[in-house]
Amino acid sequence: MTETTPISKVTGVNGNMVSVEFAGAVMQNEVAYVLPADGSKLKSEVIRVRGREADLQVFESTTGVKVGDPVEFTSQLLSVELGPGLLTQVYDGLQNPLPELAKQAGYFLKKGLYVYPLDREKKWSYTPVAKIGARVQAGDTIGTVPEGIFKHRIMVPFAWTGEWTVIWTIEPGDYTIDTVVAKVSDGLNEREITMVQTWPVKIPITAYDDKLLPREPLITQVRIIDTFFPVAKGGTFCTPGPFGAGKTVLQHALSQRSEADVVIVAACGERAGEVVEILREFPHLDDPRTGQKLIDRTIIICNTSSMPVAAREASIYTSVTLAEYYRQMGLNVLLLADSTSRWAQALREESGRLEEIPGEEAFPAYLESLVASFYERAGLVRLKDGNLGSITICGAVSPAGGNFEEPVTQATLKVVGSFLALSRDRANARRYPSIHPLDSWSKYNSIVPKEKIDAARQMLRAGNDVNQMMKVVGEEGTPTSDFVTYLKSEFIDSVYLQQNTFDPVDSACGSKRQEYVFDKLLSVIAKSFSFPDKNAARTYFQNLRQAFIDWNYIAWDTDDFKTQEAKIDELLATA
Amino acid sequence: MKKIYHRIIQISGNVITVEADNVANGELAEVKSPRGTSLAQVIRLDKTRVYLQVFAGSRGISTDSEVRFLGQPMRVSASDALLGRIFTGNGSPRDKGPALTDNMIDIGGPSVNPANRVIPKNMIRTGLPMIDIFNTLVESQKLPIFSVAGEPYNELLARIAMQAEVDIIVLGGMGLKYDDYLYFKETLDQQGALSRTVMFIHTAADPIVECLLVPDMALATAEYFATQENKRVLVLLTDMTNFCDALKEIAITMEQIPSNRGYPGDLYSQLASRYEKAVDFETAGSITILAVTTMPGDDVTHPVPDNTGYITEGQFYLVNGRIEPFGSLSRLKQQVNSETRADHRALMDNMIRLYAEYKEALEKQSMGFKMSDWDSKLLKYGNLFEQRMMDLRVNIPLEEALDLGWKTLAECFTPAETGIKTDLVKQFWPKNS
Repeated sequence: MTETTPISKVTGVNGNMVSVEFAGAVMQNEVAYVLPADGSKLKSEVIRVRGREADLQVFESTTGVKVGDPVEFTSQLLSVELGPGLLTQVYDGLQNPLPELAKQAGYFLKKGLYVYPLDREKKWSYTPVAKIGARVQAGDTIGTVPEGIFKHRIMVPFAWTGEWTVIWTIEPGDYTIDTVVAKVSDGLNEREITMVQTWPVKIPITAYDDKLLPREPLITQVRIIDTFFPVAKGGTFCTPGPFGAGKTVLQHALSQRSEADVVIVAACGERAGEVVEILREFPHLDDPRTGQKLIDRTIIICNTSSMPVAAREASIYTSVTLAEYYRQMGLNVLLLADSTSRWAQALREESGRLEEIPGEEAFPAYLESLVASFYERAGLVRLKDGNLGSITICGAVSPAGGNFEEPVTQATLKVVGSFLALSRDRANARRYPSIHPLDSWSKYNSIVPKEKIDAARQMLRAGNDVNQMMKVVGEEGTPTSDFVTYLKSEFIDSVYLQQNTFDPVDSACGSKRQEYVFDKLLSVIAKSFSFPDKNAARTYFQNLRQAFIDWNYIAWDTDDFKTQEAKIDELLATA
Repeated sequence: MKKIYHRIIQISGNVITVEADNVANGELAEVKSPRGTSLAQVIRLDKTRVYLQVFAGSRGISTDSEVRFLGQPMRVSASDALLGRIFTGNGSPRDKGPALTDNMIDIGGPSVNPANRVIPKNMIRTGLPMIDIFNTLVESQKLPIFSVAGEPYNELLARIAMQAEVDIIVLGGMGLKYDDYLYFKETLDQQGALSRTVMFIHTAADPIVECLLVPDMALATAEYFATQENKRVLVLLTDMTNFCDALKEIAITMEQIPSNRGYPGDLYSQLASRYEKAVDFETAGSITILAVTTMPGDDVTHPVPDNTGYITEGQFYLVNGRIEPFGSLSRLKQQVNSETRADHRALMDNMIRLYAEYKEALEKQSMGFKMSDWDSKLLKYGNLFEQRMMDLRVNIPLEEALDLGWKTLAECFTPAETGIKTDLVKQFWPKNS
């Protein structure tokens, strides 16, 4: 800082909020650095300006900050770096690579330590695509580098407006990301393009032609989702549930088994231990679709509950911006945000410090619009080159007290296309995944025709009614035919809705297998049985269930699979 | 020479305000009043105004009391000299030993880098079937016991601590009844564990602000032993609800907008920054946290147990002197229960599922419905399950408990009725039934 630059100074500290008397002009959401006497640089963001005073939320602990400490403003919005090498990375909410921080600072996170998100030294094998003389605009591909199994597109920076003519391109070869790979001109100005660009996280990337209606299902290999409550590529869904209902286990299953090209896991304000499992296991798990490791298609954004709360707020935006970047390459991206409630709580903490008038449960009044604009960044788009790309967002919600009436769940339900209600009762009864078959809903198309699902759903509802009635009139007061209805619904539940995520075969149920098994299930539902008494009925269904569960544990399309199926058919023929 | 400030401009609750300059956020100060000297910590700066939270409370502080800033945040002495000692929440000796000043380290330090963590892999054996089979405790886990006043939660805590194989025990007591404090001291002493224990005790009679310091003191100490001396440390925190109530008190004094039943909006972050100190390192020791959270009005949706449940890796419900199978959960059990015995997981899931069905049958019975054959089987099973698995007096190793599980199933059901995979039934179903 030169002597002539006027100096901005801290005037107050309250939790992670610092008030600053600024010199010159400041921009809303501009990044600034607080410079305490110990020599550290604390990254922060302008969140309010009043007169000559700006309020900054600091992404670090403010212990040690004094009134009068200087503050440096950067004139930049909070941004991320986009370029090859994002996949396989583990970032904090501000895109600092955590393994690199660990190398530099040891066991604990160090205040004020920031590292480049992308590897500056690594060379990528670059192939130019746009020819000299070509007319290009923001988002157009000018070259590619291989990253994992994809061609990572190097694109004209999304922030550039107007049309540009390519006037120079580099020869194919191995270069670092900061190498100038092309020069363009609009007749007046000349600009250089490298393999990396920055983008402000809170603004959506919209360098595409059209947003389309999501139709094609995203196969998750979880039976109850794909068959009953499907999710479309480019759609949104949420998984609210009380603690212990299996949100995280379900998200892990989705991150492993979903048939998406890129998976971004945003661990936002949740347990560090859960991220560690992904961190340590994904490098060793095979991705059956590509033959590579799961980590090769994954980015982890990890701002766990004990990390600074302002960076938690940023982490959601960081992750969705990375998702948008890969969507621009024509890929199908799945973003798993666990949990959006923690993000909302970070907003609430900030709002409280700003002494804003609180809304319901002290959440800020603008919560709903922020939640909506986050989910609206999902979607299926047609890119300028005609290819399709999509972002599917799954938001975990952690409602206080497991009560879905609370503001975050309600704000989320308004904007998502599918609602997977996790139920404590089902979790207590060890019926996993604990997605409630009667409370949940989806607006997307299933892999199974609608009439077939309606038949199964009707049976589940009828079974539930009989069960309620039995609680009043007892088993002896229930006709055997009703009792069989109840057994059939229980049968659907235990052999189809329930699925063992920890079993290598049962956890990955492909769409072909689902269609096939579902038809078998329907034949059981449709069949009319006649039993001498209820005990006989119960025993019969217990045996049938056993045979079906064993079947679930046998690999698809094997001889054993057919043998077991024959056993089931035999059982069906005897009744 | 540090300046001394004499003009206190506001006293509200346990927070005082002075006008001073060159003061850092989080810094400690000494407040001298006719009643004595107390430590205080800076919690907010507003221009020249400095807000201080006085550890001993503001009672007896006058507007001309002396405030002297110490130029450093709250610290605790970390060395082997801690072992066998008992301190108050602010780190002064509660036993008759000397005050410690060697190797002072900051408390409430930064979070562990998630990239440095490893997947927990060591089971902690407790001898309680409800824990060992159904909700296995794992080294580096953070787990609260959810309970209500009157339940033997401190006894359970002490029993697990004594039986667990750890190097060092750190006990943080918050709002502890004096009797409970003596109980812990005696139990540790009788079992010969006192010499590997450090205690930070805030009793119900002590100033409330000191309660807030207890978890940070205990965890900073634990971090020292885990990272510097490669020890396996077990931290016991009881009762975290008192800690949250202290937070609430300060937040209201500071005129913060409350979020839910008077608790501050950052309750989740406050609890998380403590519980997340539980960790396992590849090249150093580990920290396991067992806490007690009493649920006001036995209501699990109360903000304290609710926020806790979202942070911790499971919970044990202690109801009527038993660990309840429903609701109790160990999120890390999958990390270890595949390594114990092939039947562990299947037995765990199916025994609980059948117990849930027993509960339904029990309900039917209490409403006077006729019991079917199946219901009778369930009733027999449920009684045996409660006797053999849930009773806290049962103290058997895991393998014995699993065998007992199969025996119980075989006494009540046929293999198909249990819903267990056929190959496991072939291997483990008792032969003589």
